[in-house]
Amino acid sequence: MQQRWGLPIVAWPSRLRPSFWDGIALPLVIGLIMLIAWASQQMSVPFQPGQSLEISLDPMELPAYALRTVLRMVAALGASLVFSLGYAAIAAKSKRAEKLLIPILDILQSVPILGFLSITVTGFIALFPGSLLGYECAAIFAIFTSQAWNMTFSLYQSFIAVPHDLREASRMLHLSPWQSFWRLEVPFALPQLTWNMMMSVSGGWFFVVASEAISVNNNQVLLPGIGSYISVAIDHRDLWAVGYAIIAMLVLILIYDQLLFRPLLAWGQRFKFEELGEEEIETPWFLMMIQRARFFHLMGLGVEASARWVSRASSRLPRPTRRPQAAPRHRALADGIWSGFLVLLALGALVEIADFVRAEVGWSEVLHVVLLGLLTLVRVVVLIALAALVWVPIGIWIGLRPRVARRVQPIIQFLAAFPANLFFPVVVSAIVVYHLNPEIWLSPLMILGTQWYILFNVIAGTMALPTDYQLVAGNLGVRNILWWRRLALPGIFPAFVTGAVTASGGSWNAAIVAEVAKWGDTTLQATGIGSYIAAMTEAGDFPRIALGVTVLALYVLLVNRLLWRRLYNLAEERLRLD
Amino acid sequence: MDTIAPSNPNHDGNLITAEGISKTYQQPDHAGRLVLDHIDFTLKEGEIVAILGKSGSGKSTFLRVVAGLTPPTEGTVTYRGQPVYRPAQGIAMVFQSFALFPWLTVLGNVELGLEALGVPREERRQRAIAAIDLIGLDGFESAYPKELSGGMRQRVGFARALVVNPDILLLDEPFSALDVLTAETLRGDILDLWLERRVPTKGIIFVSHNIEEAVDIADRIIVFGSDPGCIQAEIQISLPHQRDWTSPAFRRIVDEVYTLLTTVRGREAGRRGSRADTLSLQYRLPDASIQQLVGLLEVLTVDPFNGRADLPHLADSEHLTTDDLVVLAEALQLLGFAQVGGGDIEITVVGRSFADADMLRRKQIFAEQLMRNIGFIAHIRRVLDERPGHAAPEARFLGELEDHLSEEEAGRVLETVINWGRYAELFAYDYDRGVLSLENP
Repeated sequence: MQQRWGLPIVAWPSRLRPSFWDGIALPLVIGLIMLIAWASQQMSVPFQPGQSLEISLDPMELPAYALRTVLRMVAALGASLVFSLGYAAIAAKSKRAEKLLIPILDILQSVPILGFLSITVTGFIALFPGSLLGYECAAIFAIFTSQAWNMTFSLYQSFIAVPHDLREASRMLHLSPWQSFWRLEVPFALPQLTWNMMMSVSGGWFFVVASEAISVNNNQVLLPGIGSYISVAIDHRDLWAVGYAIIAMLVLILIYDQLLFRPLLAWGQRFKFEELGEEEIETPWFLMMIQRARFFHLMGLGVEASARWVSRASSRLPRPTRRPQAAPRHRALADGIWSGFLVLLALGALVEIADFVRAEVGWSEVLHVVLLGLLTLVRVVVLIALAALVWVPIGIWIGLRPRVARRVQPIIQFLAAFPANLFFPVVVSAIVVYHLNPEIWLSPLMILGTQWYILFNVIAGTMALPTDYQLVAGNLGVRNILWWRRLALPGIFPAFVTGAVTASGGSWNAAIVAEVAKWGDTTLQATGIGSYIAAMTEAGDFPRIALGVTVLALYVLLVNRLLWRRLYNLAEERLRLD
Repeated sequence: MDTIAPSNPNHDGNLITAEGISKTYQQPDHAGRLVLDHIDFTLKEGEIVAILGKSGSGKSTFLRVVAGLTPPTEGTVTYRGQPVYRPAQGIAMVFQSFALFPWLTVLGNVELGLEALGVPREERRQRAIAAIDLIGLDGFESAYPKELSGGMRQRVGFARALVVNPDILLLDEPFSALDVLTAETLRGDILDLWLERRVPTKGIIFVSHNIEEAVDIADRIIVFGSDPGCIQAEIQISLPHQRDWTSPAFRRIVDEVYTLLTTVRGREAGRRGSRADTLSLQYRLPDASIQQLVGLLEVLTVDPFNGRADLPHLADSEHLTTDDLVVLAEALQLLGFAQVGGGDIEITVVGRSFADADMLRRKQIFAEQLMRNIGFIAHIRRVLDERPGHAAPEARFLGELEDHLSEEEAGRVLETVINWGRYAELFAYDYDRGVLSLENP
């Protein structure tokens, strides 16, 4: 990046002398480089389809597996970052591109993430024949899809919200487009982006675990990692190994929280645009190390020098002279042609899809899948309602007690990040032992990991309620049911909707994993679109995977449009607190 | 216009020449809305020109056209003989909102412009520190904008503009976000820099909404009229600098500008007659709050004003900004409660009877005046009376307003209309359904 982020602008006179923090930083960095080198070498080992990779259940192997899992996560995050910067920048800069790119993003967001895995894996394998890298890429791509859309939306929204006066100021200062992108737009978007990135990574653990076991044409490839470890443990009915994996994951998330989450959030504070809220966030030790160790300082200087070179080069580029713009009529005509082109493109695609469906699957299959989707829809709705019934009162109770809230919040954040699929085997073995009905009892798995978003948001919403309201309510003697109806529920509604949207989106995604569960050679199945996609993936039936994924995506899109967006608008319009 | 004109040596000592500037904003429905109408303007060397005008008179838009930030629909701007199509080097701007980059330190903000020009690092630092010293910010180089008070922030804004040694300084209401005391100090400091020639700047264009401020520092004042923005008057000020705000000559100019700004001109008040006229005129209602209108009328009737007040004096004694007072005075005139002339405002008979009445009677008088003077409100009432259910969606009236005004402006005017109508109990409004009706709420 352009500036040596995180370091004060004014240079220190003694900046080359090593400090105490260097003693910690240097070994850490060198060790990290070696680990990455080793693991990335492992990623591209030769591999033929049909060959099987041995996954050992020895807990001593777990750290190495964990590292491979983390590396996939980091690679996906890097790719998401690059993708979202480019995509959002284009969408924000060009009105015409925006017309196409934003709806596409909206749809991509609704496509189930594991669906991407099923669809793209063959392509990736073909890309790197005879190497494991193809499978690795497919897994990374699946994680990428769980993060990229979200981050892109956040960036796009920030880019178009850059204050007008700052844009004008940067033009008056003659910043080149490249310079103003890095000096204005990206810094402005950073606080929102860091927060979004962190939430995406939290969600990503779920998919990193789920995407390591890849089925292609009836044979399963297990990429070394925690997810594969778990799936081997399930095959062997080894509860101890499941336990080890859960502990390894716990440690992983703790480290991630300490090394990435907290430092990034604290550092992102500085880019906050609002001037109010002098909330002092404690500087996390890792950030302090980066800021204090001279080693990082030197590295920062190097980065800065090269960034400056690029920046200077960009300001030397000839800039287009602003000419009087094309006559409005011509512009309107060009816009019209572009819109017409897009409509034609969409119509063409529609014809193509209808052809495909008729030839490959048949309309009765489509109807069948739609009905399956309806079943899953019922599950999602019931589960969200249940979760709301349970967590809204608890969330409000916690939110009213700031001291409790402060203690509970990190725990909930942690729970939200924890991949719930690690717990599936435990639940499944319980269902088997007690002979429960899988149609009902598998369902809660869908919301196991996502319910926390509701709780988390309700607590935050309650804490944001001005104390004045509570005082007034107390003063007027508003109590019991009236208190809930007139104060608490309307007050937290916007926050609740935000939480419920996230939870419902996550549940749809989890359906593919949650409607089919295995324990050794016992397979439990609930009827629904998720288990349909899972079954078709196992069978390697590409047209039916595509059908299932499309229908699922349409359901998500429809529910978003018809329910969540309306509730969201209602919350925005009527119940906002300012 | 497609080729860049060769440097023109005989630009008559004019730094900026704007000829026939018109600006039309495109509406979503492709109807254009004219905000600037054929403006001719020059900035001569060594001159400070202040631009005054009501909100919505396009004065800020004009400044942006001169800056090269917004292209005019018609006309050309030249800077030292060169046409301006984009921000030109040599022209710097200071913003009302400061427009500082919150993630850069004071030094970083000031250096940014030099960095964009490719000035080497050492020179950049030197020049930035010199500019920071010049503007009286030494010691704050490593501070972030959010650590500074408003006045300090605007000093950074000035340092950032001055560090590139601009030929021309464009100031967009640079002091209006500051409190009176801070604004006065900063204004004095900037004026001193200019008068003592400690900055190489050759000319300043200065958009303001504070009349006294403008009279204090400008060599020439240009008053913009609204709907569409045009030059309504030009006043040359030949008083020597370090002007005495209480001197009769100073007060006379202030009064003159006040009169120009607050008089509802024939063009806006319109001829009253045909129905089309009553509908189209006064679409841009000033968004005056009822509370303030009532308060001002009450103050006007009693001691020391007793029905007639000098506008600047009134602003002072009631702690009103010029903008507020202009809006209120315009509203009182439209409603027939007061008249403005010669820098004074005088209450009418109706205005006095309103001030003397009790709450119920006030509402009746207000309703009568609305029906008599505000064509659009009378029109709404007529529609509601004629409709069988005595109700109509607000979207209908909003649409009518949008035929004449920008979307934003139409929304604002409708809000004022609803506020006034509700107070007068001419009609009721249901926010949730967005419906105007004759029901009692």
